[in-house]
Amino acid sequence: MFFDFESMRTVTQVFMFLLAGLSIASIIGWGLSVTNKEKDYTELKQRINSWWIMIGIFGLALVMGPLVTVLLFAMLSFIALKEYFSMTPTRLVDRKVLFWAYLTIPIQYYWIATGWYGMFIIFIPVYAFLFIPFRMVLAGETKNYLRAVGNIHWGLMLTVFTLSHLAYLVMLPSEGEYQSLTMSGDGAALLLYLVMLTQLNDVAQYVWGKILGTTPIAPTISPNKTREGLIGGVITTGVLAMILAGLLTPMIWWQGLLVGLGIGIAGFIGDVSLSAIKRDIGIKDSGQLIPGHGGILDRLDSLTFTAPLFFHVMRYFYF
Amino acid sequence: MKYINLALRWLFFALIIKPIVKIVIGLRYQNTPILPKDGPALLIANHNSHLDTMVLISLLPLKILHKVQPVAAADYFLKNKFLGWFALNIIGILPIERQGKDKTANPIEQCAKALDNGKILIFFPEGSRGEPEKMTDLKYGVVKLAERCPKVPLYPIYMHGLGKTLPKGDALFVPFFCDVVFSEPMTYDVSGENFYDNVKERFGELQDSIKLPKWD
Repeated sequence: MFFDFESMRTVTQVFMFLLAGLSIASIIGWGLSVTNKEKDYTELKQRINSWWIMIGIFGLALVMGPLVTVLLFAMLSFIALKEYFSMTPTRLVDRKVLFWAYLTIPIQYYWIATGWYGMFIIFIPVYAFLFIPFRMVLAGETKNYLRAVGNIHWGLMLTVFTLSHLAYLVMLPSEGEYQSLTMSGDGAALLLYLVMLTQLNDVAQYVWGKILGTTPIAPTISPNKTREGLIGGVITTGVLAMILAGLLTPMIWWQGLLVGLGIGIAGFIGDVSLSAIKRDIGIKDSGQLIPGHGGILDRLDSLTFTAPLFFHVMRYFYF
Repeated sequence: MKYINLALRWLFFALIIKPIVKIVIGLRYQNTPILPKDGPALLIANHNSHLDTMVLISLLPLKILHKVQPVAAADYFLKNKFLGWFALNIIGILPIERQGKDKTANPIEQCAKALDNGKILIFFPEGSRGEPEKMTDLKYGVVKLAERCPKVPLYPIYMHGLGKTLPKGDALFVPFFCDVVFSEPMTYDVSGENFYDNVKERFGELQDSIKLPKWD
């Protein structure tokens, strides 16, 4: 059996709380649509239903062990990169370069599955960074060269490099030994901690913004984001991080609070930076893969910023 | 032999084409799908890639697969024996002689006969695939066919992205999402006047509804 109840006890407990919270959200959503028939709650319901599916897939992967988790994030990187290339301008001459860009995904996740940290951390920023322009000059087209090469690099960093840090979290060594590929351990708890806080931060910022929001914080990029929403969300995330730190991480309460505040702020920046890209292109959502949420990038945008930061804080101080 | 081929065709689409189209490429419906439940019907779509046919067949449920026939040029697909067997039995094409090659064959009559038999035809009004991700002028074949079968509904469908995934003259497959837009069915009986312009206008509307970038 992949699942060791002893080492996964806290993960299971936190997951139960998460499912309970989601059930309450579902009941509220159902209650709202029954009591207030004039208003359309389809989107809210779709959103909540999508959360059930996403949390279900995520939980299943955690239970099945690190290898399945790594494969899940490889798949997410692939869909995210495809979504990114589908919405940004690319050149016909670069088709072969784009093919190589996709090939970095299995390679990057292979380093993770074998626990080769040194290669994992330099593969995209060094080797892919140098290889992509080399392959592009072979095609010989200089028109829009800089834009095209910048576009591909930004996509690889955003969807492959940063997201793969999530997968490496489950591989983090516990007590000096590398994690087994089939048995979940401390890394699974860290991954749950980060993903849960980042996503709850998105929700909290949205809810605080709806309740108290008056002052736009980035009016040219994302008019619905307000200062009140940001502050409320960051404090909520900080408090939750403080409470959960003792359960899921090696941190003590005040360290958890600091990390939580950091996740709140980094999540906001990740969200806004993808909004800037979408606004530049002139689209609202990056796709429609997740009903009620938009594309996969719309859901993962905050994680692209929180994942590397959280990963390196953990690695530097605790592993 | 006929049933073996039918079974092979079903397996080919169920196990290979549908998973590739839905997972590796990924379809994004821009509106609620409007598709025929049964034949006779005519799906008309823009044509930029060999994948167009695969995607259109994948849009339809497998239980009506045996009625689906993409209309294709006989001289291109029946070039050699293996390709011919594959095109006829696995893809299930309706081979027509392109105009100008053989004056005795009447491609419109061939299509009309299949429609009379309750088939669902896949028809590319532009003719051949053309430049990646650009729509060329429609040919008059679609008007003639609609005139010949005025009660058969035509379902205009616009696909974006396949000319990037697998453009004409390139064998390297590079996945991009395929965005699909559907339009209300039209018949010659109802909108027969200026039918050519009506179809063209429909495709113009569908094309404008997609705001994603094409190739540079």
